[in-house]
Amino acid sequence: MLHVQKLSYAYKKIQALTDVSFELRDGEIMSIIGANGAGKSTLMKCIAGVLKTQENAVQLDGRPLARRPHQVVQHGVVLVPEGRWIFPGLSVEENLEIGAYVVGSSKQGKERAFTMFPKLKDRRRQRAGTLSGGEQQMLAIARGLMSDPKIIMLDEPSLGLAPLIVNDIFSIIQQINREGVSVLLVEQNARKALNVADRACVLEQGRIVKQGTGSELASDESIISAYLGGKK
Amino acid sequence: MLSYWTGVATLTGIYLIATLGVSILVGFTGLFSLGHAGFMAIGAYGTALAVKMLHLPFYAAILVGILASMLAGALIGKATLRLKGDYFVIATLAIGECTKLLIENIPSITGGARGLADIPRKTNFFVVWTILVIVVVLLHRFLNAKHGRGCVAVREEELAAKSIGIDTTRTKMLSLLISCALCGMAGGLLAGYMGYLYPIMFTMAKSNELTMTVILGGAGSLTGTILAGLVLIPLPEYLRIESAEEWRMVLYGVLVVIVVVFKPSGLMGNKEFTVSGLLRRLKKWFSKEKRNGEKGAGERG
Repeated sequence: MLHVQKLSYAYKKIQALTDVSFELRDGEIMSIIGANGAGKSTLMKCIAGVLKTQENAVQLDGRPLARRPHQVVQHGVVLVPEGRWIFPGLSVEENLEIGAYVVGSSKQGKERAFTMFPKLKDRRRQRAGTLSGGEQQMLAIARGLMSDPKIIMLDEPSLGLAPLIVNDIFSIIQQINREGVSVLLVEQNARKALNVADRACVLEQGRIVKQGTGSELASDESIISAYLGGKK
Repeated sequence: MLSYWTGVATLTGIYLIATLGVSILVGFTGLFSLGHAGFMAIGAYGTALAVKMLHLPFYAAILVGILASMLAGALIGKATLRLKGDYFVIATLAIGECTKLLIENIPSITGGARGLADIPRKTNFFVVWTILVIVVVLLHRFLNAKHGRGCVAVREEELAAKSIGIDTTRTKMLSLLISCALCGMAGGLLAGYMGYLYPIMFTMAKSNELTMTVILGGAGSLTGTILAGLVLIPLPEYLRIESAEEWRMVLYGVLVVIVVVFKPSGLMGNKEFTVSGLLRRLKKWFSKEKRNGEKGAGERG
């Protein structure tokens, strides 16, 4: 459904992405792994319309995806940016309500968020800035889901979180996917990202060097040595 | 004496309308302005000139003033709201000063520094306070609906606001236009109340007062703005009783220092004042007092 074709992007003279092409199919989880500076976050921002790319590089259901961030969200593609970016001064509940901005207020959406993240329900009146890192990440994901997207893009959801919390986050990602939302996941935690992914790409210096199913890539020799820490 | 205090209340109402406009922009959307007295001036002179030169009825003329003020806002908004950083603040500063200088330097139309007199006096206490109540109700509804929430989201974290589908530039523009419209209207009402206008009514000090009232009341609190406005706007009049007007700026300074030290988020923070909230507070406070009293009694016993 989401088609990226020959997408290139340069920050002034530095070429960050070169001819990136891949496809996210309906209802799957796709992981994009790569080292620091490989262009993963740039790719996400290009799709979300935060950075400007050439026209027609990103297509949704055969039509070019809008190019301004708010229009992208209206088309059902939502980005949960790296580093969480919640509204720290507002309560958990207010954060969620603002998340439903494009669809108007949504009671069902809030109920869904609270059943999926019971911890947030306990803290609904608390200021979001006082939540723990894991809770903030969950709030960011829950807020992204409030606009009822077809595709959710997660940029480094495990960044800076304790291993146990990381496990929670990944099981939530799978749960979201089971509810019919396609997931585009960018991660440095390659092992986990490949485990949950239906398919995956490896990004190196702005190019996609490998594509395949999650398990294929997880057993690939060169990927094991480069991203999964040598022996399995 | 009564008519004197009615006059004070009318002026307070007029400036409160302008302050509420600034509150939407500075308090709720997080865009700082140092020139909103300029928009008041545009509204005031727009209204006065529409009455005197086009012979429009007063309330149609106020509409002209409001539109002129919004047009000026739209122009600087279009130019600066897309940019990151301080450009918008600088532009508001510029428009505030430019407006005043323009008025002073085209005496053939605006009367220059000598002022514009003989404006029909159509504003009174009831008109102003009716409009004020309507404005407060409308703003309250606006802030609890989609676009009002969008403003708060932009203030809190622009990138996050973008990522959940808010057109941040449009939201800022909307907020700027609302604030310009309210300041323009306040200007028009002022013209219709005073019956004359001078450029020195709209100095930068006036702009600063508008913004300072919002910040002292609490950025992001409509009731905070109203409370602060009710106290601060008529302040020179209270002081006049003991002929202590010169102390006003001292008091302003002291108030700002006190608020910055003890409650940096302003009088109300970003909370709204509600009767039930006040009762809850009082209850909590009383039960604490009682507990302390009992503890004290126990120790003595």
